Amino acid sequence: MALTLNAEQQMLKDNAKEFVRSNAPVSHMRKLRDTKDATGFSSDIYGQMAELGWAGIVIPEEYGGLGLGYLELGLVLEECGRNLVPQPLVSTVLLGAGCLLEGGSDAQKKDILPSVAEGEAVLALAFEESRRFSPYNVKTTADNSGSAYKLNGQKTFVLDGHVAGKLIVSARTSGEERDRDGITLFLVDPKAGGVKIERSTMVDSRNAANITLEGVEVAAGDILGEVGKGADVLDPVLDRATICLTAEMLGLCSQAYDTTVEYLKTRVQFDVLIGTFQALQHRAVDMFCQLELSKSVVLDALSSIDDDREDVAIMASAAKARLTDAARLVTREAIQMHGGIGMTDEHDIGLYMKRSAACELTFGDASYHRDRFATLKGF
Amino acid sequence: MSELETFREEVRTWLDENCPPNMRTPKDGSARLPSKPEEVSAWCRTLADRGFTVPTWPKAYSGGDYSKEQAAVIQEEMTRIGTMNPAVSFGTMMLGPVLLEFASHEQKLEHLVPIARGEIRWCQGYSEPGSGSDLASLQTRAVRDGDHFIINGQKIWTTMAHLSDWMFCLVRTDPDAAKHHGISFILFDLKSDGVTVKPIKLISGQSQFCEVFFEDVRALAKNLVGKQNDGWTIAKRLLQYERNMLSGLGGGGRRRGGRRRGQSEGRQRGNSGPSMTAESARRYLGTVDGKLGDLTLRDEIVQADLDQLGFQLTMKRSNEEAKTSGPSAASSMFKLYMSEMGKRRSELMMKVMGYQSLGWEGPGFSQEETGTTRGWLRGKGSSIEGGTSEIQKNVIAKRVLGLPSGD
Ligand SMILES: Cc1cc2nc3c(=O)[nH]c(=O)nc-3n(C[C@H](O)[C@H](O)[C@H](O)COP(=O)(O)OP(=O)(O)OC[C@H]3O[C@@H](n4cnc5c(N)ncnc54)[C@H](O)[C@@H]3O)c2cc1C
Repeated sequence: MALTLNAEQQMLKDNAKEFVRSNAPVSHMRKLRDTKDATGFSSDIYGQMAELGWAGIVIPEEYGGLGLGYLELGLVLEECGRNLVPQPLVSTVLLGAGCLLEGGSDAQKKDILPSVAEGEAVLALAFEESRRFSPYNVKTTADNSGSAYKLNGQKTFVLDGHVAGKLIVSARTSGEERDRDGITLFLVDPKAGGVKIERSTMVDSRNAANITLEGVEVAAGDILGEVGKGADVLDPVLDRATICLTAEMLGLCSQAYDTTVEYLKTRVQFDVLIGTFQALQHRAVDMFCQLELSKSVVLDALSSIDDDREDVAIMASAAKARLTDAARLVTREAIQMHGGIGMTDEHDIGLYMKRSAACELTFGDASYHRDRFATLKGF
Repeated sequence: MSELETFREEVRTWLDENCPPNMRTPKDGSARLPSKPEEVSAWCRTLADRGFTVPTWPKAYSGGDYSKEQAAVIQEEMTRIGTMNPAVSFGTMMLGPVLLEFASHEQKLEHLVPIARGEIRWCQGYSEPGSGSDLASLQTRAVRDGDHFIINGQKIWTTMAHLSDWMFCLVRTDPDAAKHHGISFILFDLKSDGVTVKPIKLISGQSQFCEVFFEDVRALAKNLVGKQNDGWTIAKRLLQYERNMLSGLGGGGRRRGGRRRGQSEGRQRGNSGPSMTAESARRYLGTVDGKLGDLTLRDEIVQADLDQLGFQLTMKRSNEEAKTSGPSAASSMFKLYMSEMGKRRSELMMKVMGYQSLGWEGPGFSQEETGTTRGWLRGKGSSIEGGTSEIQKNVIAKRVLGLPSGD
């Protein structure tokens, strides 16, 4: 696959840009934040996104989606990233629907995927239990009691956890705390007895929740995939979600970069544009280089999913490590180069750094992915 | 016993007898008792009566006429019992020293005494919307009218203006002179008619700085410090004191912005135990055979700790050198290095805390955690306030390294 967009992809990206610009610029996110919106994103805007087909981009046509690729979804997320649009695409489409597509039965897919594609369902994947990305670190237990399972444990950092209509929960049916084997995925009704969901207020104003499960009963029919083989589902799903998140990160740091370069071209000190100072010029060029590499790596990582390449996991780590570093560099430099105004809440640039901080840690930070890259490469 | 040790005994006894229990950390290490603002003010007055709030200032201005060494002893003894010096402020650390050098006796009497006694809080009216790094381009005008100057214009990023009583302010008194030559340094009461203070919210969610507008504000001409149109010299000297304060020099132990976790750690300890970051990492991530399991993070923490060690030793060396041969070249880098080092350490703490570093407020995060996150955000300003890192580097390159400059 080429590292350039074809005509349709370019059109999708342009349309997404236009949609976001006119419907959900940064002021939209600000308003949700300042009004402490209970949902944390606009259902109305998300409904419109779904009408444009975004929620169903990677869902096959037989389940009501468009059956397009992850590249297309990435392009949309990139544009959302540029304007920090809160939306549940990662939680619902990439993680939730992703698990169903990867491991769900036909009945489960038929039951849930069409409403995802329509933008009606919000899903959340409750898989994290520790303070850093660690998908096999599952202490939550699932005890088999006849035809049902009983879930007990605590999940953290569950994206969109407090608004999801359906949870997918990882729990241990066998093995030790950090074993890859023995993890099972369950479809859980958030209203079921014993489920306690507490929303967290995050630095990027996005949604996350802590979820406690106390003797939650789940029917055997609500197991997603095979018992004990949850990691076989989680791994590819998390790789795809990671890659698509890097597309959002590409958008957010491209915008932070554009805003900053624009500022260098308008702000005057010492009777000249501050962009004439080489100390700043050189660092702007460093950012430019990082962004160019980032673009290529994200595009190739997205394509690796669509082309069903065997190096998706490697590309996921390559992309996440790079984008974590790039987004960190660009958003921190952006504040510094804005001077005092960059420290204000009123200016948008700080919001980019806050979102970046959350993205940097989501699905593993740069060290995690560099380490994983080495492992996957066999050294 | 050396003279200094005798002095230490005296200070120790005096503090023991005079420092109220709720102004110090109890000997058994339990939490300090709560205190009311009036009690803090009373403690401040008690200290001031003894000349301990600004020990090196002359007695005539509520100082103690103590030597630098004695002042250090007072500071050490206060730290030892965990008490604070409530007078420490922009007044004691920035304005006071320049008044001592440039102000008239009357001005000193009028302004230094309330500073020493913690009665008047000062803010710094330097930056303007169009004049940050290029401070000397400032436009706020002051025109003489009898016994007054009439001030019009605007300041911005004025830290704590909304909680301050007076401002020390740079104004343009001669618009026709070259930009460094038409500036004056003037003091006025923020309650004067025509002053409007509007707090600005920071990315950390706090409002620590403000916009301040002046519309025909009448400032008494007798409060102009130094010569009219010669304020730049004073302005620059004050910036030196500010940079010392921001780099943790100059004692008093309070830097702008108050709490900035992770930045000043290790200052009171020797080199024996692990740093606070290392301790946090142990707490958050656990250990394997006593070592941090994550070797990359371990390495990064060591790097930060070694930077800190090198920095502390350099400050110490610089202080020692200063006693014999005047300010050392190294002191020019302190503000720059301190702020950049502090920012790196905050980033590292975020990494150590993982998802717990992403909290803003409410359930799921401890106060310490959200405090660290907000400190990380606030800390980004450390390399901007008091002259940006870029400006510091420009100055050091030119003045200290002697590199040729374009202008
Ligand atoms: C938290 C905080 C507290 C503050 N408190 C006060 C206060 O109490 N009183 C007060 O008067 N001011 C205060 N300031 C203002 C501070 O002094 C200015 O923000 C600072 O001097 C930078 O000015 P500026 O914001 O206009 O940025 P600019 O000067 O516009 O700088 C923008 C960018 O250009 C860079 N730049 C500018 N000139 C050059 C050059 N020649 N070479 C290379 N790079 C250059 C800067 O480094 C910066 O990265 C505070 C600022 C902050 C962030």
